[in-house]
Amino acid sequence: MNSILLHAPALIIALPLLAAFITPILGRFNRKTISWLATCVLGLTLLLTIFVARQVLTHGPIVYVFGATETGLTLPFGYTMPIRIIFQIDAMGIFMGLITSLVAFLAAIYSISYMEQHTGLDKYYTLLLLLATSMFGMELTGDIFNFFVFFEIASISSVALIAFRSTISGEPAEAGLKYMVVSSISALMVLFAIGLFYGQYDALNMATIASVMQFTQLDKIALILLVTVLAMKAGSVPMHMWTPDAYSEAPAAITMILVAASQASLYALFRIVFSIYNVTLNTVTVGWILIILGVLSMFIGVTMAIIQKDIKRLMAYHSISQTGYMLLGVGVGLAVLTNPVALESFGIKAMEGGIFHIINNALYKGLLFLTAGAIFLRTDTRDLNKMGGLAHNMTYTTIFYIIGAAAIAGIPPFNGFASKLIIYESVYRFNPLLAIIAMLVSVLTLASFVKVFHSAFLGPRLEQYKSVQEVPKSMIIAMAVLSCLIVFFGLFPNLIVKYIVHPAVMALINQAHYTATILGGI
Amino acid sequence: MIGNFPFIAVIILIGLGVYSLLFKKNLIKIAIGLTLIESGVNLFLIALGFRKGAVAPIYTQAPEGVKMVLPTPQALCLTSIVIGVATTALILSIVMVIYQKYGTINTDEIRRLRG
Amino acid sequence: MIGGMSRIVRTMTTLIFGFILVYGFYVIAHGHISPGGGFQGGAIVASAFALLLVTYGTDQIQSYLSKDLLSILESTGLVLFITFAFLGLGATFFYNFVSNSGGLFGSPTTIGVNPGDLNTGGTIALMNMAVGLEVLAALGVIVLTMSVAAETIQKKEKQ
Repeated sequence: MNSILLHAPALIIALPLLAAFITPILGRFNRKTISWLATCVLGLTLLLTIFVARQVLTHGPIVYVFGATETGLTLPFGYTMPIRIIFQIDAMGIFMGLITSLVAFLAAIYSISYMEQHTGLDKYYTLLLLLATSMFGMELTGDIFNFFVFFEIASISSVALIAFRSTISGEPAEAGLKYMVVSSISALMVLFAIGLFYGQYDALNMATIASVMQFTQLDKIALILLVTVLAMKAGSVPMHMWTPDAYSEAPAAITMILVAASQASLYALFRIVFSIYNVTLNTVTVGWILIILGVLSMFIGVTMAIIQKDIKRLMAYHSISQTGYMLLGVGVGLAVLTNPVALESFGIKAMEGGIFHIINNALYKGLLFLTAGAIFLRTDTRDLNKMGGLAHNMTYTTIFYIIGAAAIAGIPPFNGFASKLIIYESVYRFNPLLAIIAMLVSVLTLASFVKVFHSAFLGPRLEQYKSVQEVPKSMIIAMAVLSCLIVFFGLFPNLIVKYIVHPAVMALINQAHYTATILGGI
Repeated sequence: MIGNFPFIAVIILIGLGVYSLLFKKNLIKIAIGLTLIESGVNLFLIALGFRKGAVAPIYTQAPEGVKMVLPTPQALCLTSIVIGVATTALILSIVMVIYQKYGTINTDEIRRLRG
Repeated sequence: MIGGMSRIVRTMTTLIFGFILVYGFYVIAHGHISPGGGFQGGAIVASAFALLLVTYGTDQIQSYLSKDLLSILESTGLVLFITFAFLGLGATFFYNFVSNSGGLFGSPTTIGVNPGDLNTGGTIALMNMAVGLEVLAALGVIVLTMSVAAETIQKKEKQ
């Protein structure tokens, strides 16, 4: 038992990986078991993640050195810099890990019924498990090249999943191609930036790079490349063209994971800016760049969403707009990073709001996409004009949709309100205009979701949907778990902020602690 | 100057790749453009690993007293090549699906997702 | 591609095919002591499959190269790879537990210029073989699927 707990950081990625490779073999003998295998393995991973999170939050960061004689041996005798692949798990990394494992587990539960009728299920589950593995890898690793590898695995598996329905029509393949081109370029530019780091500092470990960071001209180029491509992968506005296509064409459970995957890219952006560069860069400029990206994403995302007729496309534009809130909160924190008074009075608060919004967004956005999937499963359409009166037959789905919509619009007592309130309060003290824009966007979000509610669920019972039934149990369970979490997070936001979010923010801000975890010397 | 030739080649390769990505309408040519960028980045990594007078890090074939280069950039490049094969195969298979469904691989004609 | 190629090409292919296979497996087996390795060797073997497909046409080759068999081989290679990583869990994940243990592939490496012993390197050699198996099967599946799909498109266009 003890050794399992000692190796938990490695098992978090090893178990889904093993399950991903066993799935095709198992699928030859028994088609039914593979969905249960995937669900069980992802459930186990969730337990492991919770355990690691408890460990990290009580005892501080954990390092895991792959292939070494001991798990914590970062600097073997006679070495001044780490040479092996190291997992460095601090509060921020495990915070994202919790989101990923929760979302992946619920997606697997949802898929049991949702994907039942599809062929090629073994490939679906292999790719789903690979996607989960690669997201864990991106979030837990302390090695920048290792990050690149997981980044690429994440793109390849998510592209294959987006294009999964291309046997029926051409659009999923088109969306997949768009996403593939975008993510290949991003990954290659990340690799180029890694080359720039390696050429200067002869190191690939992020903590080692951070400890010798000079911020030369080449580092500036690397920063520009990394910020641009990671913001692109996170779906921020000037580079958002892939988001609506990919989100709307993927199967619903996969869309939920894709939201978490783009947040993993966002996490990488924060990690690179805060942990590698930190105060060496001009924090005010870069902070304002993040703020402007955030405000643009919020505003353009929501205005584009209002005019959509396709329910999943509408939600996809909303997720662009929600990404804006996170960028705004963390951007304000970055802009005042060198000013201790401002950082203490509202900077940390703003970052808490931004980071808290990540988990809230994963929950309610996931729930909304799952309800959209439920509607698609029963009505076989995503067009809002063709829907109507679904509340008569799909009671549970309607309730879950209301919870999700209220949460995303920031209505108390749901979780969206909690994080948005923190963002409004702290951003108002930084710049009142930004807070007003954020509130306006929230109002527009509400308007847009009221429209969806009206056209999909309200109205008389339509002739063609008379025999529509409530969705199967596994889908209801997945949506119910998400709804409960949304209500819980909305009722006890202080608890969540104090025990999970605040340590994550401090782990981002405190660069010295990050480098000392690997290189020693505290 | 002669030492900078690999880096000039890197810039030319990446530039050509970006050009064909931005201005070519044929999906196969877009795939070729991605491969060009990838080769450029790989060449960059390999060029970083060059050290004057050092030999390849093959343990059993290096002569006594000669320094070996650190194989990290080569390992990075190898990993990137392997990933590149997977990416290219995936892109080409998606292009095949698109050709099957739409009957064309011209980007102007396959835009059904918009707005 | 449908009818296959001329007699000259077919004869040459039958001659070369075995040599390519042997070379590919050589590269896989010597991955830990010389340039090359699982991926490279696997790619060479898969290129032999591609050669067969091009010369004989898809219809004839499909009976020899079964897609099902190749996908099972692919998964087996991957499972073997990850199992070797799991077996190192006594120390850490991916720990090279065979190296210098005296068992199969566990001999210590001789220092200095020498031809190199095959049974050194520990799990590196074993993982190379697993990766080689995976890559030759996976690339084989890709080549096979693509040529089948290309053929259906060609047939459709002829009608």
